[in-house]
Amino acid sequence: MFNIVRHRRWYYLFSALVILPGVIAMIYSVFTIGTPFRLSIDFTGGSLWELRFSEPIPPAEVIRVFNDNNFSDVNINTIGDDKTLLIRSEEISPDEKAQLLSAINETFGETPEELQFRSVGPTVGREVTRTALIAVFMASVVILGFITWAFRNVSHPVRFGVAAIVAMLHDVLVTMGVFSIMGFISGWEVDALFLSAVLTVIGFSVQDTIVVFDRIRENSRRRRGEDFETIANRSLLETMHRSMATQINAMFVMIALLLFGGLTIRQFIATMFIGLLSGTYSSIFTATPLLVSWEKGELNLLRRLRGNKRPAAA
Amino acid sequence: MQSRNNLSLFIITLVAFLAIYIALPIQHPGWFTKIVAGHQPADQALDLRLGLDLQGGTQVQLAPDLPAGQTASLEDINRAKAIIERRVNGLGVAEALVQTSNERIIVALPGISNPDAAIEALRGTGQLEFVEMGQNPVPPGTKIVTSLNASEATTDTVVYKTLFTGDLLRSADVSRDPTTQEPYIAFELKPEGAKIFGEYTAQHIGDYVAIVMDKTVLSAPVIRAAISDSGIIQGSFTLEEARNLAIQMQYGALPVPLKVVDVRTVGPSLGQDSVNSSVKAGLIGVIVVLLWMLIYYRLSGFLADLALVTFAALNMSIYKLIPVTLTLPGIAGFLLTTGMAVDANILIFERMKEELRGGRSLPSAVEAGFSRAWTSILDSNLSTILTAIILYYFGSNFGASIVQGFAITLLLGVVISMFTAVLVTRTLMRFVVAHFAERLQHHLSLFGA
Repeated sequence: MFNIVRHRRWYYLFSALVILPGVIAMIYSVFTIGTPFRLSIDFTGGSLWELRFSEPIPPAEVIRVFNDNNFSDVNINTIGDDKTLLIRSEEISPDEKAQLLSAINETFGETPEELQFRSVGPTVGREVTRTALIAVFMASVVILGFITWAFRNVSHPVRFGVAAIVAMLHDVLVTMGVFSIMGFISGWEVDALFLSAVLTVIGFSVQDTIVVFDRIRENSRRRRGEDFETIANRSLLETMHRSMATQINAMFVMIALLLFGGLTIRQFIATMFIGLLSGTYSSIFTATPLLVSWEKGELNLLRRLRGNKRPAAA
Repeated sequence: MQSRNNLSLFIITLVAFLAIYIALPIQHPGWFTKIVAGHQPADQALDLRLGLDLQGGTQVQLAPDLPAGQTASLEDINRAKAIIERRVNGLGVAEALVQTSNERIIVALPGISNPDAAIEALRGTGQLEFVEMGQNPVPPGTKIVTSLNASEATTDTVVYKTLFTGDLLRSADVSRDPTTQEPYIAFELKPEGAKIFGEYTAQHIGDYVAIVMDKTVLSAPVIRAAISDSGIIQGSFTLEEARNLAIQMQYGALPVPLKVVDVRTVGPSLGQDSVNSSVKAGLIGVIVVLLWMLIYYRLSGFLADLALVTFAALNMSIYKLIPVTLTLPGIAGFLLTTGMAVDANILIFERMKEELRGGRSLPSAVEAGFSRAWTSILDSNLSTILTAIILYYFGSNFGASIVQGFAITLLLGVVISMFTAVLVTRTLMRFVVAHFAERLQHHLSLFGA
């Protein structure tokens, strides 16, 4: 039988190598802009305005129009061709918007087509931030409760629970880390959809882990003679086909969405894609090897803790 | 056992065809719509309801604009909401939605062509005043201070006397001057208003009277004769501006001034682009999954594909019946769950293949595959169901239809997938095994084994 779990230390190392750059990016980001990611106007307040002109328009000239109307903090990107501009600025009130539109009309001799406009006041931003934090906290509590419940019948429920949570954190860290790095590279910003993506990744991560753990639970009952490492390895191999087939399927859907699903949700899909990939990886190469490491007493730190405190886990 | 399976096969076929029929983008007969969707009037078609990001439109959140420390009463908010609702109706937007959340009024205006003008009509306080101007009228567009809000006056501002306010207005309507084509607003006064206005104008012929909306002079005509119960307001406004003003006059002033705290506008062309791209992405994604299952699991895959088609049709018909407002993230949520529906089948088929390799006969391998995979499917789907519920709660709490749209399709999809991937596939599989088990026993490769 092919032994997957034997190389577990390499998997831990690989995970660390993937996670570390993201964590560094997040820390660096906290020091430079105050938050681990770039935040969208959903949280900070402000305006986002996408305009399509009939002719290519240099962003610098549009910035000048904004400056003339007392908007100092303006950032403009072109999308696709140079005719479509994505403008970010402080909050634009309806009156200011009318004023800016007429100024744009005067300067460029045309009224551009408004593709989208989004404006969030500072109080709304604060409220969204608060609700988001509550949602993440609630999700953590519910998922923890669920994991405890799902593994109530195995011999070491806490081990299974902790391993599933570590795998989940692994996926969240990978996702957030990549997102933070992408914030530096292509200006990705955390919005309400990012939170949805992360929470979905959490749900899927637990789902993947449970499928493998479920098999370990079943095999432990059926093959009492085998040691845990063999059982864990057998369970991994038996569920491997499923993990791969499912991952390939999800990839088909995700790639279709990434290629053809439109720009608006591309960042959302990409985030989920990374999370799903990590979820499948961690269910095979993190969660189960961790169980084996724990069984074999390789987690020295944990063993020392146990020697000192004797928690209920033993 | 077999006759029971035949019965469930019959029911499933029926449900599947019904779902496909509802899901089809055709005109359904009125009686049919009435039966399946009860609450909808018979003349309304069974259509997918598209969110603002797909059909274009505007969502705006209005909050009381009060000095710091002051809060609006719940009663004020509710009265303001009722007035906003009437103004929205006056704008004539189909499927518009007005809700309150905390202290805010959230207005969704799908498919609206000029969102800025509509927001203008909604957010204005709509305080109409008839003001004495004496012999020195101010030009239209001037902001003035009246006796109604004299507290805003500084020492050297002129405070004009308010004759009466918009409360005494009975109706306001827009017309065009037949010769100049200039739009104007025609109004009628209630009897009390007519009395005050009639007496005043009779005594002040030759004076000016200003019609003031939200402290801005709309027009200041000279009084030529006594006016009692009706009149017109002429000014330099466009037809749209005139219509918005008439709407505000007609439905009265807001009890609290409102300000715009959040706007989300999607232009119609971006919405159409999004529809096109998501339909394309959805079709390609689903077709690839169908093909993959067929190639990888052969006969089992074909049965799973039938279940997946049923799954898609069921989802679509439930979106139409509830109805669920579809958004871009919502479509992504649906597509994700097609992946999960297939995942349940993959779990089952992999299990079946194992059991076949373990030397079981085909019928018993099929049963073992379904029963053993069930706990995994249930446990693992529960975590996604819990996530979706939290997301839904989170989305409903800050008026973000985007998050909610994703959560609802995810939730529906997971629940429906457990029905189709397990029940539908099992029924089909039992049917096939019952009729062809002996022949198939020698062609186990058809099951991907």
